[in-house]
Amino acid sequence: MTSLAVGPAPDVALARINPVTQLAAILVVTVVLLSSLDLVTPSIVVAAELCLLPAAGLTSPRAVWSRTWPLLTSAASVGVVNVLLSDDAPPLAGAALALRVVGLALPGVLLVASTDPVLLADALTVHWRVPPRFAYGALAALRLVPLLVVEFESVRLARRTRGVEGGSNPVAQARLFAGTGFALLVGAVRRGSRLATAMDARGFDSGVPRTNARGSSLHARDAVFLAGTVLVCGVAVTASISTGAWQPLFGG
Amino acid sequence: MTSTSGARAAPDATAGGPVGVVARGLAVRHGSRRSWALTGVDLVVEPGERVLLTGASGSGKSTLLAAVAGLLHDEGTEVTGELTVGGRPPAASRGRLGMLAQDPDSQLVMTRAGDDVAFGLENAGLPPEQIWPRVDEAMAAVGFVHGRDRPTHALSGGEKQRLVLAGALARRPGLLLLDEPTSQLDPGGAALVRDAVARVVADRAATVLVVDHDAAPWLPLVDRVVELVDGGLVEHGTGWRPAPRAAGLRLPAATAGPVLLAADAAGYTYRGTAVPALRPTDAALRAGRVLAVTRPNGTGKSTLALLLAGLRAPTTGRVDAAAGLASGVRRGGTAPHRWRAADLVTRIGTVFQNPEQQFLTGRLRDELALGPLRSGEHAAAARATADGLLERLGLTEFADANPFTLSGGQKRRLSVATALATSPEVLVLDEPTFGQDARTWREVVTLLAEQRAAGRAIAIVTHDADLVDVLADERIRL
Amino acid sequence: MAEQAVRPSFTDESDASGPTRWRTVDIVVTAVLGVAFGVVFWAWGLLWNATGAAFTAFPPAQAFMYGVWLLPAVVAPLIVRKAGAGLFAEFLAAVVSALLGSAWGAQVLLYGLLQGLAGEAGYAVFRYRRFGWPQALLSAVLAGAMAAVLDLVYWYPLWSAGWKLTYVALVVASTAVVSGIGGRALVRALARTGALSSFASGRSRA
Repeated sequence: MTSLAVGPAPDVALARINPVTQLAAILVVTVVLLSSLDLVTPSIVVAAELCLLPAAGLTSPRAVWSRTWPLLTSAASVGVVNVLLSDDAPPLAGAALALRVVGLALPGVLLVASTDPVLLADALTVHWRVPPRFAYGALAALRLVPLLVVEFESVRLARRTRGVEGGSNPVAQARLFAGTGFALLVGAVRRGSRLATAMDARGFDSGVPRTNARGSSLHARDAVFLAGTVLVCGVAVTASISTGAWQPLFGG
Repeated sequence: MTSTSGARAAPDATAGGPVGVVARGLAVRHGSRRSWALTGVDLVVEPGERVLLTGASGSGKSTLLAAVAGLLHDEGTEVTGELTVGGRPPAASRGRLGMLAQDPDSQLVMTRAGDDVAFGLENAGLPPEQIWPRVDEAMAAVGFVHGRDRPTHALSGGEKQRLVLAGALARRPGLLLLDEPTSQLDPGGAALVRDAVARVVADRAATVLVVDHDAAPWLPLVDRVVELVDGGLVEHGTGWRPAPRAAGLRLPAATAGPVLLAADAAGYTYRGTAVPALRPTDAALRAGRVLAVTRPNGTGKSTLALLLAGLRAPTTGRVDAAAGLASGVRRGGTAPHRWRAADLVTRIGTVFQNPEQQFLTGRLRDELALGPLRSGEHAAAARATADGLLERLGLTEFADANPFTLSGGQKRRLSVATALATSPEVLVLDEPTFGQDARTWREVVTLLAEQRAAGRAIAIVTHDADLVDVLADERIRL
Repeated sequence: MAEQAVRPSFTDESDASGPTRWRTVDIVVTAVLGVAFGVVFWAWGLLWNATGAAFTAFPPAQAFMYGVWLLPAVVAPLIVRKAGAGLFAEFLAAVVSALLGSAWGAQVLLYGLLQGLAGEAGYAVFRYRRFGWPQALLSAVLAGAMAAVLDLVYWYPLWSAGWKLTYVALVVASTAVVSGIGGRALVRALARTGALSSFASGRSRA
């Protein structure tokens, strides 16, 4: 489980690329990968992404595995299921889809490993004009996640003290879960209301244009990074078309 | 009052200085109630003064505070009389206000300490080069020793509150409102906060209004004490001291019986951590005896409570129930953590620190009947038990109310009552007197003493020294 | 781009100030709702992994449970009654899911965005003036349809048309029941606890 208790952004090479640049790159990759179903395109894109793993500080196989195992297992499942439930697809098509899943998700892993929510909020508000009240409201809420996780467990234990337990019956388990989730939501809404009052007491709603104490800046390397992403995707698509493997999602 | 655009905060103190509060004949009634929360309050607080506003829970302190902070705008709230802050209506003076409330985690916004203090200054539109010096200044003023990059989640409760205070101070407020800022902290944390407040108020750059039902610790820090009694204000002279909570408390005697539950070198280490949360500890719960578990700070004592209550299995050592207690258990033998919940509930009753976590139903009566039902009683018998308990605790008029809508003290009583509804022989309570005013404190203590006299074994995890003095037969200091 | 001034949390009933004027409490409670749902999803995921190995291998069976994931998009607007609340909450729930390690990786973010948008449409159609059962159901159905389509594009593009249609139908049915009806019931239960006292939804009888 990735810990949400955030400290400063890790001191890795990728951290020097502004988060919004990484987001823009993710967008480009998503569009390209979503629109193709062949094997060549995702192969090239994934290869390029793998080259970035060390730049995100993910050098040991263990570190890589711990962050990527969910997407790897689901990629495998996607590959298998598609082949099973389609009319006539060869197994290679399944592999292509699995690779596509990896290519789509890996950039996210890179982003999470190289930034932290505060920097992201700063970058979004400074460069992409995201309304600061929403960005920092979201940040304040995100700060509560570790607390809510602990609270969920406490509420679950509390139910046991009242004689309520899931046992082996799935329906009972679902009901218990619903009850626990409900208690969590009540606490969360309450807490949110109090937090809003506290934020207002510190001038959040004053209408004065907000400044940013930390700032966020873009450099030449950001442009290079984005250009590089576009280039890789271009190469991937070209290679795919020229080898005849190109298979767009819609039509063709 | 929708003059929000007019409420542009003067960002800093160049034209500031302490502001005073004047209330004349202030009366407030909330839309949902029939009676008036405040009935004609007259109060004058001079700029730079330090005032303690005290009174029992429900006496209207929060209402008065909300009125001064300009937060009383719910539809249906009636406000009569006069109230000005710094000579203007409270809503207009909100920008000159600093607030510190009870729960630090509902006040912190950012993940790093320095960023959080800077938050208020960003809202004021200050440029970054002016922000950071003031952040450092405010953090030094409250005695916050960690740097700007310290993650907020790594701070103790007292340190978090200090940080919130720094955040309020950085805006150079004219009026500081402190709403029971230490009520959710352990004694160490509370001392940290009071110390920070003392440092900060020394120069009288801001007027200070502290609201707390527990007056004693604040007396050295304030100039005046006023108390809200039945919606009206009473001024206390210098030299006034609140009556000690335990004064005149007569508790029934109890005789010790056999050991019902024992921990033998029980320890617990959370998965993925190296340091044990609880080192191997011995504890024995005897019928008719109260065992108090104390520890200066940290979570070890709550962990012990979880082990004793059968909610977690010890990672080292064991927790065993006596044969008599464990008889009739369908599964798990003498290890409570392996018992089925329905068996647990009739043998060990547990009361959590946060009563809301244990609420399951939408009505008080159902809440009390749940335990008996779950342990196999018939509906009619369970209902009767519930009604009896309601009466015993003076909560009959709330029988159909939603448990979440009760006041703090009532929720506490309800959570103790639900634990008692199944007549367990062992009671484990985690901070039962947390945040309780003197009257509810006495009620809880009396209730527990009666249970002890009835032959129950009671374990109380607490940092409340008065409670330990009055009730504990045995103590464990972790 | 001029941004809406945020109104202090305590002024007037949230309805009266219009669906685009967000108070601080509207923003923060929506955000906290989204985040809390994200935590619930994570826990739900853990439960699922423990009990539903069969589920994960056979996605059409998963379609039955789909409604849970769309609760934030439907529930947030019912509580806060502001335009964009569903989008905001659903997106944040997705962010938390991604950060806590969902089994689907970072593309839950795209899902959250698009599902949230689709759910918004259900309320936008009524111009954000009404927040009752029909609105909740429409929002749920639209969000569910979007989710199903996304799945088909992302994960299952090679399925036969028959399977695709079945999948969409199952997901939409699930979301209508769980998110639409269930979501509305959830909001009323929350209102009864008094937690929604800062909102019109906590006071009205509807």
